[in-house]
Amino acid sequence: MSEQVLFKNRRADCRPASLADYRAGGGYDGLIQAVRTMTPDDVIKEVMDSGLRGRGGAGFPTGRKWSFVRKDAPHPRYIQCNTDEMEPGTFKDRILVNTDPHLVIEGIVLCGYAVQADHGVFFIRPSYDADARLLERELDVAREAGFLGRNILGSDFSFDIDVHRSAGRYICGESSAQANAIMGKRPNPDKNSHMTDSGLWGLPTVVNNVETLASVPAILRNGVEWFKSLAASPTGDGTKLYSVSGEVAEPGCFELPGGTRLGDIIFGAAGGMLPGAEFKTCLPGGTSTSFVAREHLETPMDFDSMKKAGLSLGTGSVIVFDRNTCLVQATINILTYFARESCGWCTPCREGIPYMKHILERIEAGEAGERDVALLQRVADGMQHAYCGFAPGAAMPVHGLLNHFRDEVREHLGGRGCPFKGAGVVKPGLWTTLDRDAAHPDAAHRDTDSGDADAEGRDG
Amino acid sequence: MLPRELEQEIAAMVRDTDHVEEKIIDVIYLLQRHFGYFSDEAMGHAARLTGKTEVELEELATFYDFIYREPLGRFVIHVCDGVACWMHHENGLFDYLCRKLGVAVGETTPDGLFTVLPTACLGNCHNAPAMLVNGEHYGRLTPEKVDRILEELRENADTIPLCLCR
Repeated sequence: MSEQVLFKNRRADCRPASLADYRAGGGYDGLIQAVRTMTPDDVIKEVMDSGLRGRGGAGFPTGRKWSFVRKDAPHPRYIQCNTDEMEPGTFKDRILVNTDPHLVIEGIVLCGYAVQADHGVFFIRPSYDADARLLERELDVAREAGFLGRNILGSDFSFDIDVHRSAGRYICGESSAQANAIMGKRPNPDKNSHMTDSGLWGLPTVVNNVETLASVPAILRNGVEWFKSLAASPTGDGTKLYSVSGEVAEPGCFELPGGTRLGDIIFGAAGGMLPGAEFKTCLPGGTSTSFVAREHLETPMDFDSMKKAGLSLGTGSVIVFDRNTCLVQATINILTYFARESCGWCTPCREGIPYMKHILERIEAGEAGERDVALLQRVADGMQHAYCGFAPGAAMPVHGLLNHFRDEVREHLGGRGCPFKGAGVVKPGLWTTLDRDAAHPDAAHRDTDSGDADAEGRDG
Repeated sequence: MLPRELEQEIAAMVRDTDHVEEKIIDVIYLLQRHFGYFSDEAMGHAARLTGKTEVELEELATFYDFIYREPLGRFVIHVCDGVACWMHHENGLFDYLCRKLGVAVGETTPDGLFTVLPTACLGNCHNAPAMLVNGEHYGRLTPEKVDRILEELRENADTIPLCLCR
């Protein structure tokens, strides 16, 4: 196994690491070093030099984002730790929080120190309520130990963190929408102001993903060169959490060198396909990325390599599809999700996503012809004119479908309907017959990462 | 009238914050748990205690999917319909639950115990198919496992405390 930085304290029994566990592995040493020997600018420079980029999907350089907070900016300044994670296929942040809550907390405090912030907000989705309770408990522990609160470790830096429970909606993962949600407004995105100038309550706010912030403590502890050396590709930068789901033998979340090849993630870490299944395609970074062609399995999973291949890394959450799964149906499922989750604020998103879904349903039913496919392409192209990134993201699987699987779409046309619905199509992995434990009794990653796996009836 | 303890808990929450807006969702959750859903009466209390208008609260209540303006069962069964779960259960989990409970999606069982709702990806994709009930994640579901879970919830319905984000 390659070096585990984020999952260093991951345990087979899924119990979250305590403060003592975390401290034993050098936890909070980065913070101690920062507040005692480094200026905020030193911390920003270190993070900038490390090449760390936002792990929530956008890939913006983290240190640069922090540097946007002006030195003379007013107080209080805020850090928003984004634990919304509602993109289908993505579950890395839930596992990270459940594995090592203090790693995430230290990351937030370090970010707070770097931009001289006063408050941190853990924005957490409602289905992660157990994690919210865990974090509230561990924040108390950190406060008690002097890593949080007034005059941290005897310095003149004071910073505290609250947990904000969301009431659900995918759009809340967008940083400005998230700020609106925290401020008790309807969470539409706001693209007119920069969060680092005017975020929460009109004050400077840095928004980072859980995994991004959790990568910071080890950078400070071990240095920039060490961090860069962890990666498998020149621009991989550190390790990356890849979550794999779908028709693979051993789905799970794996910490691998940044820029590990897509094929190695699926056929190495995740144990390859389920017995009886054959690889058709995957969504490499959650449902707002494109279906890939087989040759893309060679692509290193980092922001730049994926972009060069015409793809996007997204959250690095790989959803794998079997040969006998209809991609038109899968895309309908994805668009149903996006249509429901759209905030409805702008027309391309509100009208366009249901329209794409409607066309795909006609294709699936055999009621469509070539003209409908062309229309689908045009509507998908039009999504780029939406107000925020939600609609272009929703169009990505449609682009992938039309770019790489147009022949499969065509098989549906002209009255024929779905070729996967006929007799003789055997689909592995149905829930009534799926038994992963029996298929792979010796699997190394059988833990379920729920944080409460020992309880009867759960996640077994 | 609210129970005194709940009234005081909310009043303290509102008093101890710089921005009451930040606490609106928490207030709604507390009231929702007490009333079983975010009823008109709960809305009235939320408005009174936060100083917000009912229109402002309604704007939020109708946006979020964990705030319920209609009555529902004691246990809300949030079935994940994300694409990873979909490819394994292909809606069979919804069908099974609905047949088992004798309801359609969105309906509540006559005994008031269960409501089945579709839910955005639960973040449990490696344990697909998955569902969430009362804050607990259940994964790698099979028909037998679903039976067991329903039975357990039914048997202990009176003693299981309800979580905040139900």
